[in-house]
Amino acid sequence: MIPEAILVAVLVILFIADFVSAKSNCRKWFNPLACVLMLPVIIAPLLLTDEIHVFGDMYRNTYGVGIVKAILAAGTLIVFIQSKVWAEKSDKEGEFYMLIVSTLLGMFVMLSSGHFLIFFLGLEMASVPMATVVAFDKYRKESAEAAAKYILTATFSSGVMLYGISFIYGLCGTMYFNDIAASLSSPFQPILILGFVFFFSGLGFKLSLVPFHFWTADTYQGAPTTVTGYLSVISKGAAAYTLLIILFHVFGSMREQWQWLMYIVIVLSITIANLFAIRQSELKRFMAFSSISQAGYIMLAAVGTDWNLSATSLLYYVLIYIVANMAVFTIIAVVEQNNGGRTNIDDYDGLYQTNPKLAFLLTLALFSLAGIPPFAGMFSKFFVFMAAAKAGTSWAYAVVFIALINTVVSLYYYLLVVKAMYIKKSDSPLPAFKSDCNTKVALAICTIGIALFGICSYFYEWISASV
Amino acid sequence: MSILSLFVVIPALMLLGLWLSRSLNQVRGVMVAGSSLLLALSIWLTIYFFQQRASGNTDEMLLMQSIEWFRPLHIAYAVGVDGISVVMLLLSSIIVFTGTFASWQLKPMTKEYFLWFTLLSTGVYGFFISIDMFTMFMFYEVALIPMYLLIGVWGSGNKEYSAMKLTLMLMGGSALLILGLLGIFYFSGADTMNVLEIAARHNIPVNIQKVFFPFIFIGFGVLGALFPFHTWSPDGHASAPTAVSMLHAGVLMKLGGYGCFRIAMFLLPDAARELAWIFIILTTISVVYGALSACVQTDLKYINAYSSVSHCGLVLFALLMMTQVSCTGAILQMLSHGLMTALFFALIGMIYGRTHTRDIRKLGGLMKIMPFLAVGYVIAGLANLGLPGFSGFIAEMTIFVGSFGAELPNGDPDMFRRTATVIACTSIVVTAVYILRVVGKILYGEVSDKHYLELTDATWDERVAVICLIACVAGLGLFPLWASNAITDAVQPILQNIGTIAAL
Repeated sequence: MIPEAILVAVLVILFIADFVSAKSNCRKWFNPLACVLMLPVIIAPLLLTDEIHVFGDMYRNTYGVGIVKAILAAGTLIVFIQSKVWAEKSDKEGEFYMLIVSTLLGMFVMLSSGHFLIFFLGLEMASVPMATVVAFDKYRKESAEAAAKYILTATFSSGVMLYGISFIYGLCGTMYFNDIAASLSSPFQPILILGFVFFFSGLGFKLSLVPFHFWTADTYQGAPTTVTGYLSVISKGAAAYTLLIILFHVFGSMREQWQWLMYIVIVLSITIANLFAIRQSELKRFMAFSSISQAGYIMLAAVGTDWNLSATSLLYYVLIYIVANMAVFTIIAVVEQNNGGRTNIDDYDGLYQTNPKLAFLLTLALFSLAGIPPFAGMFSKFFVFMAAAKAGTSWAYAVVFIALINTVVSLYYYLLVVKAMYIKKSDSPLPAFKSDCNTKVALAICTIGIALFGICSYFYEWISASV
Repeated sequence: MSILSLFVVIPALMLLGLWLSRSLNQVRGVMVAGSSLLLALSIWLTIYFFQQRASGNTDEMLLMQSIEWFRPLHIAYAVGVDGISVVMLLLSSIIVFTGTFASWQLKPMTKEYFLWFTLLSTGVYGFFISIDMFTMFMFYEVALIPMYLLIGVWGSGNKEYSAMKLTLMLMGGSALLILGLLGIFYFSGADTMNVLEIAARHNIPVNIQKVFFPFIFIGFGVLGALFPFHTWSPDGHASAPTAVSMLHAGVLMKLGGYGCFRIAMFLLPDAARELAWIFIILTTISVVYGALSACVQTDLKYINAYSSVSHCGLVLFALLMMTQVSCTGAILQMLSHGLMTALFFALIGMIYGRTHTRDIRKLGGLMKIMPFLAVGYVIAGLANLGLPGFSGFIAEMTIFVGSFGAELPNGDPDMFRRTATVIACTSIVVTAVYILRVVGKILYGEVSDKHYLELTDATWDERVAVICLIACVAGLGLFPLWASNAITDAVQPILQNIGTIAAL
C-alpha cells in the first residue's frame, strides 16, 4: 500500500505546511511544494513490480494497476502546475491541493480494491472532496450550484449502487471479487442482472456515460476551470479502468448479459453527447459534452474480449486523453484569466491573429481529441477500435461503425473552435498576452505528450507488457 | 533506414525549417530547396527503378523495408515501391515543385500556408511509399486535414462552407476505411498489417470480403470522386487557393484511386470480382455526369472540378474493368490527369489573380492581353480533351481499348463491361464541348472589359510552374512507353489475385 501511504504523507505535509504558513504573506513556494510532492507519488507505483495482496485480498496492487496510478498522478501533477495562478488568488490555496490529493487517494483505493466495500469506500473518498473543490469559487453562484448538482447526483447514484451491491452480496454470499467471480455461473438469476445494472449505474455516473450524464454539463461549466480539467480526465480515467477490471475479472462470465448494456450505453454516450456538443456556444460546456463522448470511446475497449488488448488500449487512451484535454483546459484557464472570465467560443474569434502560439497549441490538442494524425489521439482511437473489433461479432463491428461515424461528427465541432481561432474575424480579439511560467510548463508537457505518445510506440508497448 | 524514408524525412525537415524561418525569403528558400530535393529524389528513384528492372530484378516491390512499430498490434512501418508508386511519387514531386512556384506571391501568413502545405505533401508521399495498412492510413489522414485550414483560411468565395464540407466528407470516407481495415486485419489472421503478406495469403472468406469491400472502396472512392460521394470536390476546388487546388486535384484525388486498387482490389480480390458491377455503374455515372455538369458551369474552377470528377471517375472505372490494359490505362490516367489538372488550376489561379473573376461570362479576349497564359490554357485544354501528342490521349485510349476488350472466363466478350465502356466513351465528346466552349469564350473574341488591357502576362515564377507542367504533359504524351511498362509490371500481381472476371 505504499502509493496510498505516500499520498497520505503528502496530504499531511501539505496540511502542516498550509497551517504553518497561514499567517505568512510569502506563499510563493506552496505550489512548487505541492508539485514536487507529487513526484514520489508518480514514481513509487512504477517501482513496485510485485503483486501485493493485503487485508485478506481486500486490497491488491499489481504492476498494471500501479501504472494506472502513476499515469493518474502524473495527470494530477499537470493540474497542480497549471493551477498556480488561479489557486494563489483564492484565500484557501492549501485546501485545494489537499482536497485534490484526497480525491486521488480515493481513486487509488478504488483501483486497488479486491472487495466491494473497499471499492465503495474508495469511490466515496473520491466523490465527496470532489464536490468541495467543485464549489471552490464560493463567490460565484455557478460554482456552488455545480457542486450541489454534483453531490446530489453522486449520493443518489451511490445509493443505487449500494443497493445493487447488496443484491450481488445476497446472491453470492460474498463481496470479494475473486469469490464472486467463482460463484457466478449460468443461468444467471434476473435479480443478479438487476444488481449488476444498479452497480453499473454508479460507475456510469462517475464516467458520465449517457444516461447518467445529466450532471456533467452544469458541473463542468460551473466548476473552476482547473477543477473541470481534473474532473474530466483523472476521475474519469480511474473510474474507467476500475470498471474494466470489474467487468472482465468479476463479471467476466456474465459477458453475454452485460455486453448489451455496454453496447447501448456506448452508442448512446457517443451519439447523444456529440449531438449536444454541436449546439454549445460555451467552451467549458462544449468540453463537457466532448468528454461524455470521449468516455464512450474509452469504454469501447470493454467491447473487446482480449483482456490485454482492451486494458492496454483503454489505458493508452486515458493517457493521451489526459494530455490533450489538460492542454485544452489549461488554455481555457489562461484565456479566462486574461479576458475577464469569459469562456464563450466567440471569445476565441481571431485568437490566431493575436496569440498565435496559444491558438496553435489549442489546435493541436483539439486535433488530438478529434483523432487526427500524426497527433497521439488518432493512435489511441484506432487502438480502441482494434480492441473492440477483436470481439469479432457483427454487433461489435456495428458498435465500432457507429463510433467511427461519430468521429466525423466530433471532428465537425472541434473544427468549429479551430474555425473561430483561424478563420473568423473579430472586432475585439483577445489582446496579445504573455502566459505565466507555470502555464508554459504545463502546456509544454501536454504538447510533448500529444506529439510523442502516438509516434513513439514505446509507451504503448510498455503499457501492454505491464497490464 | 530505407532510402524511401527520405520522402517523409525531407518534408519533416522542411516543416522544421519553415517553423524556424523568420522572413519571407527564408520561407521561399526552404520550400524551393525542399521541393527540388524531393523532385531530384523521385527522378533518381524512377531511374533506379528502371535500372533494377532492366537488370532482371523482378521483385514485386523494390527497396522494401519493414520496421516493427507497435509490436503487440503487429503494426509496422513498412515501405516499398512498385511501378505504380514510383510514377505516383514522381507526379507528387512535380506537383509539389510547381505548386510552390504557383503560390510564390501568396499572402498573408505565407509561412503558415507553407507549413500546412508541406504537412499535406508529407501525407501524400508517406501514403505512396507505405505498404503497411496502418501506416498507409495514418499518412492518408495526415494528407486530408491540412485541407481544412488551407481552404478555410486562404481560400476564396464560400470557403468556410466548402472547407467544412470537404473535410467532413473525406473524414467520413476514412471512417469507413478504418472499419474495412480492421475487418481485413482480423479476418486475415490478425498477425500482420503488411499489404503484401495479406495479399499473398488470400485467405479471407468470400462472404466476409463482400462485407468489407464496399467500406474500403467507398472509403477511398470518396476521395476519388466516386458518384454520389463527389459533391465535396467542386466546392472544395472552387474555394481552394491555386496551389492547393493543384495539389488536391493533381495528387490527393489519386490517393483515392491508388487506395482502391492497392487495398480494396488487392486484398479483397474475390469481392472485387463479384461486386464490381455495382461500382462500374456508379463510376460510369461519374464519368458522364461529371462531363455533362462541366458543360453548364460558368465558373472556371467549377468547370475544371467537374471535369476532374469525370476524369477521376474514369480512373476507378478502368480499374474495375480488371484487364491488364485498362488498369495500366487507369494509372496512366491518374498521372496524366494529375499533370494537366494541375496545369489547369495553376493557369486559372494566375488568370484569377489578374482579372479577379473566374466567371466565363465576364472574361474575353485574353489571348491578346496575356498570350503566355492563354497559350498555356489552350494546351491544357487540348490535353484535357485527349488530343494525340498529349498525355490525355494515351491514357484514355489505353483505358477504352482495355475496357472494350474485357472478356468473360469462357472467352466471350463481357457485354456488361462493353456497354459501360460505350456509355463512358461519350464523355470524350462532351469534354471537347466544354473545353472548346471555354477556350473560345475567354481567350478569343473581344476584350470584355477595358480594364483588362492594363494587365500583364505571367511573371517568372509562374512561367516556371507552367513550363514544367506543359513539358511533363507533352513528355508523357510523346514518350508514354516507359511509364506504361513500369505500370504494367506492377498491375500484374494485383490482377492475378483477382483472377478472371465473373459474368454478371
